[in-house]
Amino acid sequence: MPHKDVMHGSRAVAEAVKLCGVEVVAAYPITPQTHIVEDIAEMVANGELKAEYIMVESEHSAMSACIGASATGARVFTATASQGLALMHEVLWIASGMRLPIVMVNANRALSAPINIWNDQSDSIAERDSGWIQIYVETNQEALDSVIQAYRIAEDREVLLPVMVCMDGFVLTHTVEPVEVPDEEQVKRYLPELHLPHVLDPEQPVTMGSLGDPNYYMEFRKQQELAMENALRVAMQADEEFKEIFGRGYGLIEEYNLENAEIVLVTMGSLAGTIKETLDALGDDGVGLLRIRLFRPFPKEAVRRALSRAKVVNVIEKDVSIGFGEGALMTELKSVLYGSGIKVLGTVAGLGGRDITIAHIREAIERAKRALHGESVEEIAWAGLKEEAL
Amino acid sequence: MKVNIAACITEPGSSERNKTGGWRVFRPVINNERCIDCGSCWIFCPDASITREENGEYKVNLDFCKGCGICANECPSEAIEMVLEEK
Repeated sequence: MPHKDVMHGSRAVAEAVKLCGVEVVAAYPITPQTHIVEDIAEMVANGELKAEYIMVESEHSAMSACIGASATGARVFTATASQGLALMHEVLWIASGMRLPIVMVNANRALSAPINIWNDQSDSIAERDSGWIQIYVETNQEALDSVIQAYRIAEDREVLLPVMVCMDGFVLTHTVEPVEVPDEEQVKRYLPELHLPHVLDPEQPVTMGSLGDPNYYMEFRKQQELAMENALRVAMQADEEFKEIFGRGYGLIEEYNLENAEIVLVTMGSLAGTIKETLDALGDDGVGLLRIRLFRPFPKEAVRRALSRAKVVNVIEKDVSIGFGEGALMTELKSVLYGSGIKVLGTVAGLGGRDITIAHIREAIERAKRALHGESVEEIAWAGLKEEAL
Repeated sequence: MKVNIAACITEPGSSERNKTGGWRVFRPVINNERCIDCGSCWIFCPDASITREENGEYKVNLDFCKGCGICANECPSEAIEMVLEEK
């Protein structure tokens, strides 16, 4: 029977890993991800989870060990954050290029320097082109559910790509919320046993990760792009079937109060919760929220459909492309909405864990309203910036 | 040619079909009169391009020898000469 409990986001992820019957975990601790791998280590030590737990000396090694283990056909898991993800950068491309269905949770944290352990999303956004599927979650429940869905998507024969489940560090990992833990039998029904087309097996020798010279390298990249296109459909199906079995679904995007909204705030992750609170208090059906849950592959068509009635969009995001002056999500929204006539504004917020308050969100709405009424407004604003400190 | 997902090669030993000796500039020529059968060339060849025949003579497989010259450098009896490839 599924049971309800209150738990940290980290614990919710560990519960999901256990339910998925993960066979190999290789991880290196880093704040704010540490509790995830600690909890899993405890489960393995207690015999609750029959997995090989590999202690490694760095995140580069953690991902490398996951790649080796996944190549043998095992279901593998790791988790990291910030500098750890950055250290994995080189190997992330190998995992995706080798088409290994590894699932990793990234506890979103700002990058150094200056050293900062608090939440923003610069770390995973910087890996958007690495060939990993990326899911950004809003709640601890969604973190648990998304890890289970992630294996289903990653292991689909039409996909075979690694998945990064991104959850806001501290905001979710260290926050206690009510979470329903599914029943093991339910998960077994949802998640079939893993069978990869090629595995490392001395009885049937294969070469994995071989040379791809200029004659064929482009074709391998195109295969990855096609797999990403498939992942859109597979992720949608995975979510629908999840809803049938577990009673909860999230979609690739979440539309909140969009029916009559000419102004739409767009964001990813836990910030959606704060925005929903603000919108509920505002009680204005002219303002809505679009939460991007699946960032890679980007659900372009779904986003265009969801914004078909919008006039002004304000993207509030916890990352910035230094030298381009705006966040990656804003840039991509402009690309997706090109030619639509929808005005796209951007708000850089919450970098390095700066609180994003209801006042900041109201300001973002006000700026969008001014733009809607034809006033000229700043295209990009940094929420709560201390001008005097610059 | 259709390529396997992730450049996975499922036929063991198929790399032998990919002849890699084409970019050689110098070719090792073994003087079997001087050879003392120490096996150094066979041991040091970074590929597997030197073979020992049944009669004890050493031969170079020019399909794969890249002409690095390590065999000639290591040979204690100077029995291997690197000769410029000319067409």
